[in-house]
Amino acid sequence: MATHAVEAVDLVKTYPAGRKNPPLRALDGLTVSVGEGVVLGLLGPNGAGKSTTVKILTTLSRADSGSALVAGYDVNRAPDQVRRSIGYVPQKSSSDPMATGLENLVLSGRIFGLSRQESLQRARELLERFGLGEHGSRPVKTYSGGMQRKLDVALGLVHRPKVLFLDEPTTGLDPEARADLWNEVVRMSGQEGLTVLLTTHYLEEADRLAGQLAIVDHGRIVAEGTPEALKASLRGDSVHVELVDPDIDGSVRVLLGQLAGIDEIVVEGNTLRARVDRGATAVPAVLGALEDMAIPVVAVTVSRPSLDDVYLQHTGRSFRVAEEAA
Amino acid sequence: MIAHTGLIFGRWTRASYRQPALIAFTLVQPAIWLLLFGQLFQGVVDIPGFGDSSYIAFLTPGIVMMTALMTSGWSGTSFVQDMERGVMDRMLASPVSRGGLMAGQLLSNATTTLIQTILVFAIGIAAGARYDGGSIGYLVTVVASMLVGTAFGSLSNAVALLTRQQEALIGISQFVSLPLTFMSSIMIDPAVAPHWVNVAARYNPVDWATIAARQALAADPDWSSVSRHCLYLLAFTLIVGWLSTRAFRTYQRSV
Ligand SMILES: Nc1ncnc2c1ncn2[C@@H]1O[C@H](COP(=O)(O)OP(=O)(O)OP(=O)(O)O)[C@@H](O)[C@H]1O
Ligand SMILES: [Mg+2]
Repeated sequence: MATHAVEAVDLVKTYPAGRKNPPLRALDGLTVSVGEGVVLGLLGPNGAGKSTTVKILTTLSRADSGSALVAGYDVNRAPDQVRRSIGYVPQKSSSDPMATGLENLVLSGRIFGLSRQESLQRARELLERFGLGEHGSRPVKTYSGGMQRKLDVALGLVHRPKVLFLDEPTTGLDPEARADLWNEVVRMSGQEGLTVLLTTHYLEEADRLAGQLAIVDHGRIVAEGTPEALKASLRGDSVHVELVDPDIDGSVRVLLGQLAGIDEIVVEGNTLRARVDRGATAVPAVLGALEDMAIPVVAVTVSRPSLDDVYLQHTGRSFRVAEEAA
Repeated sequence: MIAHTGLIFGRWTRASYRQPALIAFTLVQPAIWLLLFGQLFQGVVDIPGFGDSSYIAFLTPGIVMMTALMTSGWSGTSFVQDMERGVMDRMLASPVSRGGLMAGQLLSNATTTLIQTILVFAIGIAAGARYDGGSIGYLVTVVASMLVGTAFGSLSNAVALLTRQQEALIGISQFVSLPLTFMSSIMIDPAVAPHWVNVAARYNPVDWATIAARQALAADPDWSSVSRHCLYLLAFTLIVGWLSTRAFRTYQRSV
């Protein structure tokens, strides 16, 4: 048995040209691995290639080149074994709206070879666990978005998979439901040894949930490690300066660039971020310089490096901006 | 595959009996066609060379096949809905048999055809149609209509998997089913139809089914013609069924 539950090497996937679109390289040599029992977060903006990676690893789609082992099986050579070992929660809701929650779960269990009795028992157990116990016999089309999302996750778990793929599991959930799901995922990976690969847009989610993190940008992994290690790899502190007027001509940037102990200055609209050796000495210097030039400032904050800074460091843009651009 | 076919069949059957409006529509529509066309083409019976004495008796098996064709054209819409949600993707990443995924849905579709066939006959007979052929004649008709439903249902499912769009699917299915209906002996006896229609009808699976059904229901059926046409129809159904199952791969290549 491989020590890695997921091992993907050099995945390349190009979507063919459409009527209006040129061919699109969604994955450009993506390499990622997930240890057994680990929760790996795949973090990246819209269009980074997260879903494409998941589709290839779940055998739904096929890479143009590269190889991938999931639960020890090759996705191209043994897709059926892979399918038996995994649970897949697609980005789009994956329940049958005309069927009840219970029927959805039972059908899924039986497709994986569970008996009617086992499926029924497992379905009830999962409905209970995801707080849907009372709604099991209602058609899914009457569920709220959040309830449907919980059912989607339950659908991925009926057959007790070894590896669970969650494509943006918490999008559309309220904060409470999101926290519940996080707890459940952490519990399953801890107690049941479930390996989880989840994709997310939320820095907070990645930070809280993922034992391992991989940042995806333009179809490649640009950084990976534990959230702590990624943050620790950035030296110093980060300073955010919010200006009243945008720095159109770049003069603020030049001005601050001349100060000692401050670098990696990035300007995005009204905000300016920089890495400094020591926050405590940098802030007075920054404020002094701006005041000398009579540049009005709304706020200055100093913080330990966050995942957003990690993201900025590796992709050259902040997460928020990358999201807006996509 | 058989177990999975049963499971998928169950899913679609449950879904369809939860849509009473749709059931009503699928039943009222063929009834209207039968009565409407029955009235419209009454005069056809008087044309010299028209064999059948009762037009409604002639028309009923034709309407059965037309209904099977038209209803099955919609079959793929349920696949499109599954693709619009993530249901299809989840299924295809599970160990479900592709054949079962197709066959289960087609079986549920064929069940609808069966009910429609029975209904159309009930109305036809109430309107005065009489058949000399025995129960074998009815059996052949039912089987032929279910084969038409399955063949065109699987074509519709394949088009759904390839186009992934409701509008494209419905456009294509209407584009195909109208000529198939009119280039056949569904409403008009070949003896009075233009020559080119008869030539076209020879390659029309819906016409094979219509001929087989009419022959089998006649007083003195030409069994060789019945079995030949049924065999053509069966072969056609198996081929398109197999091809449509292959369409899952094409779909997977595009996701
Ligand atoms: N079926 C498809 N056909 C053509 N192009 C596609 C298809 N699926 C994805 N793409 C393209 O591939 C790129 C990567 O898409 P992917 O869905 O993997 O992104 P993502 O990281 O999951 O984004 P999001 O956060 O929006 O879900 C995008 O540019 C997208 O437009
Ligand atoms: Mg995605």
